[in-house]
Amino acid sequence: MSALAVYVHRDSVVHRLPAGAKLLLLVAAAVATLRLSRPWHVALALAIVALLHLAARIPWRTAVAQVRPLVWFLGALAAFQAVVAGWEKAVVVVGGMLALVQLAALVSLTTPTTAIVDVVVRCARPLRRLGVDPERLGLLVALGIRSVAVVIELARDVRQAQLARGAASSPLAFIVPLVVRSLRHADRLADALVARGVDD
Amino acid sequence: MPLIEFDSVSHAYAVSGGERTVLSDVSVSLTEHRIGVIGANGSGKSTFARMVNALVVPRAGKVRVDGLDTGREARAIRRRVGFCFTDPDAQIVMPTVAEDVAFGLRRHRLTKQEVAARVDAALEAYGLQEHRDHPAHLLSGGQKQLLALASVLVTDPDVVVMDEPTTLLDLVNARRVRDVVASLRQQVILVTHHLDLLDDFDRVLVFHDARLRFDGSPHEAVAAYQRLVL
Repeated sequence: MSALAVYVHRDSVVHRLPAGAKLLLLVAAAVATLRLSRPWHVALALAIVALLHLAARIPWRTAVAQVRPLVWFLGALAAFQAVVAGWEKAVVVVGGMLALVQLAALVSLTTPTTAIVDVVVRCARPLRRLGVDPERLGLLVALGIRSVAVVIELARDVRQAQLARGAASSPLAFIVPLVVRSLRHADRLADALVARGVDD
Repeated sequence: MPLIEFDSVSHAYAVSGGERTVLSDVSVSLTEHRIGVIGANGSGKSTFARMVNALVVPRAGKVRVDGLDTGREARAIRRRVGFCFTDPDAQIVMPTVAEDVAFGLRRHRLTKQEVAARVDAALEAYGLQEHRDHPAHLLSGGQKQLLALASVLVTDPDVVVMDEPTTLLDLVNARRVRDVVASLRQQVILVTHHLDLLDDFDRVLVFHDARLRFDGSPHEAVAAYQRLVL
């Protein structure tokens, strides 16, 4: 069973790495991506990311599912870069982005959300002096991760209702109910958070 | 069992062009182990249930849980009163099953080992152990409702309020939830349209048009409800 950016339990060296270290490495990788300038650099980066997935024992279907929502965006970006700056630049830009997204997904897939939240809370502690509640910031991260799945599910429901009622080609008939359902969900979630003691 | 008191409670929601009264002059004291709440849609039963957890504070009158006023001591009350919603999806906060159960314990000042032990015990008790690291949104409807229940019960509340927990479930899963409810040592307030769930309850309240219209045994209450709506 797998889903977008949701932890996949395995016993691997990647899973055992501390969450803070993984997030630091991700930031370092993001900076390094800016230095990629040749297609072979990108090929090397993608190979390293693929090896890390293998080491983490993440099924390839799960890995592919993480970037599937970006296919259209990456395709359009590649076409634009190819026309404006040539195919080499297109490979470098799109390949670099792909490697980084896949790496970020690997961090999510191998790190329990609570561990990520703990790191965020720890890092945000100095902000308490400025009136920021680190626990709330951590909760925000957790809800953000959870909301990806919720909105995807709501969008699927709306799409099916749209098809069932023969309004297949209307973007408005998709967007309006999706926004309404998302707001309704947010309202109920707010009640649930209060009921579960979030304002303690 | 804790004492839950409603003292001349009234409440209304603002609607376009005025107000809609959802509870009108309700007074009742509850000390029984299992209390059912029934009534037609819009009769006020969900508002009644939400008031026990201080999710809704009445405009007039007082609601007290073991002497604590919901208007002034909401946080203390929520530590003692757990709440289960109709739609478990709206109640699941964390991405995976075990993380969601652990969420309710985050401010209980427990060690990681203690949290893990309580989460394991809750997952075992509600048949969710094999799903512990699965994404919560991929569970079936019945499993989600059991997860919502486990997430509430892991905090060991004194009172559990459930607002139509079986409405979205099939027969098998509704029975599983019923069995869990039957096994709870906590005081239970169950709002439901599934009247058979209340067969062995100690007391059933019937709401109609924002008023408490009947208060008695399950058998008599169901008959009273049917007289009111049919």
